[in-house]
Amino acid sequence: MFGLNKKDTGLLIIVGILTLLAPFILNPFPADSAMAQFNAGYPDLMQRFVIFGIFAIGFNILFGLTGYLSFGHAAFLGVGSYSAVWMFKLLSYNVIPAIALSVVIAGLFSLLIGYVSLRRSGIYFSILTLAFAQMSFALAYSVLSNPKFNLTNGETGLQVYADDPQILQGANAPDLPHLFGLPMRATYTLDIGAWSFDFNAGYYLCAVVMMVVFYLAIRIFRSPFGMMLRAVKSNQQRMNYTGLNSKPYTLAAFVISGMYAGLAGGLMAAMDPLAGAERMQWTASGEVVLMTILGGTGTLIGPVLGAGFIKYFENIFSKINDNVLHSWFAILPDGLEDAVVFIIHPFIGKGWHLTLGILFMLVVIYLPGGLVEGGQRVSNWFKRRKSGADDAPSGKTEPAE
Amino acid sequence: MAILRVKDVSKRFGGLKALTDVNLNVEENSVHAIIGPNGAGKSTLLNCLVGKLMPDTGSVLFDNNSVLGLEPFQINQMGISRVFQTPEIFGELTVMENMLIPIFAMRDGAFRMHAYETIAKEKDIVEQAEAMLVEMNMADKREMHAASLSRGDKRRLEIGMCLSQNPRLLLLDEPTAGMARADTNNTIDLLKQIKDERDITIAIIEHDMHVVFSLAERITVLAQGTPLVEDAPENIRGNPKVREAYLGEAA
Repeated sequence: MFGLNKKDTGLLIIVGILTLLAPFILNPFPADSAMAQFNAGYPDLMQRFVIFGIFAIGFNILFGLTGYLSFGHAAFLGVGSYSAVWMFKLLSYNVIPAIALSVVIAGLFSLLIGYVSLRRSGIYFSILTLAFAQMSFALAYSVLSNPKFNLTNGETGLQVYADDPQILQGANAPDLPHLFGLPMRATYTLDIGAWSFDFNAGYYLCAVVMMVVFYLAIRIFRSPFGMMLRAVKSNQQRMNYTGLNSKPYTLAAFVISGMYAGLAGGLMAAMDPLAGAERMQWTASGEVVLMTILGGTGTLIGPVLGAGFIKYFENIFSKINDNVLHSWFAILPDGLEDAVVFIIHPFIGKGWHLTLGILFMLVVIYLPGGLVEGGQRVSNWFKRRKSGADDAPSGKTEPAE
Repeated sequence: MAILRVKDVSKRFGGLKALTDVNLNVEENSVHAIIGPNGAGKSTLLNCLVGKLMPDTGSVLFDNNSVLGLEPFQINQMGISRVFQTPEIFGELTVMENMLIPIFAMRDGAFRMHAYETIAKEKDIVEQAEAMLVEMNMADKREMHAASLSRGDKRRLEIGMCLSQNPRLLLLDEPTAGMARADTNNTIDLLKQIKDERDITIAIIEHDMHVVFSLAERITVLAQGTPLVEDAPENIRGNPKVREAYLGEAA
């Protein structure tokens, strides 16, 4: 179906169903129960799952296929956000032109940075992209924000003000990002018994966009172009002596992944019409590297899993505080309770990065293929156990005969 | 007619004269071997032909077109394929994909943004790749990762990848270096078969005299960066100058 083979079609359908039903799947606990803090089905977090999923899918087209590790992709995300907010300021709050412009501008910006950075490979390429991203951050944070020429609004972040032109903004249109009148914040809450599920317009827009770009990523992975990108990673010497120019291939991959990042940035601004320079900082670039490696570099679904994993734990762990811990361990004797809380304390709240670091270390050491490899190992284990279980009864029956 | 003409090529690395006024003509549809002791400049000469090195002086004409200053991929697109001393293949890709890539490169040129097509739909190319795998006796290994092939199979695959582009000139850089006797003989047989079945010119750089005398129709002996003699194999064997170059003056 859709020009894909059976396995890829299956994957696409499963991802489609999961994203469609995410408001149910991510809210397994009743709203008032003690476990409710593990629910992730609120609009803000669900939007971030799919937006960072898009970011990581695009990053994986560059890193997973060609092996070029960019440490500056957050720059494209930031550029996308700024472009989108400018569209809101100048045209209207409709998200379509905003998202379109963010993809185009991020594409042009990545063409420029890619053209220069791709003159080197390996660690030098990574350093060049990092340098460009930090320069972009400095530009956004201070240089391009002065009274004469204010493109980014510096520390405050770019936002829409009442005196902005918004030349296409209709009189009746909502005063916040919308899709032809449907506000991105519109949320329908469905209460079933003790459970409560949120269906958010913005989330579904992001989800549809993610399905489209995920489908395109599968097409790229399976295309002759995708094969050439894997050839770049495998052996550039052979590629050159086979009549192929590896430079335009890597540049094309770089621009495509930059456009994915711009799209993610545009969607971020469409959910919340604000763009800040911190989105371009190197920690943000590092985060997408973590997501991709954690999920499984070079696999189709890995980056999405990695993005979801990191964003989920970021939210959940950082919400847990000492009071929550005390309530969990209340059954323990007082001294022991304090000791346990004392030990766990550094890993929660603001210290959740510590937890992430440990998880990342464990994954890289024991599952170099990321969560996808973990999933494969578990399914293989079940298969083996199943075939083992089939053998076992026959082994038992034989002596009885 | 000579398909490859090397004229007065010199190359220095600092104070070292790697090549001095090398003149060499490779006749079309012949097998031409370039031999010589270590350090004679064989690899430097080869690198000057494929775009890896730029000679200081002289000219290199392939089919009357200069190749100097061109990138390796451009020279390949002109019809020169190169086999490396240690097989250079796409290790992480399957054998079939290894065979598809050169055929795509021939049809689509150095770059094409075919990102939305599927490989299976390119029936012509898939058929050509499959035929080549059969010819190379590797059809049963098509789904294997190329890195897991044996040394001899990697060499066969690399030669097959080069042949799939129907090159007019095939350059081989010590194709049997580090091979066991049996693998060496297999490679000789394969090259003989290629020579008999195709309109192709083969230029081969080799250490192993057994390989050279089984294949070559013409031999150039290189010593200290300059051609010593060029002759048919039977005349090279007894030539005192060649013995001297290989074994030193005492012999």
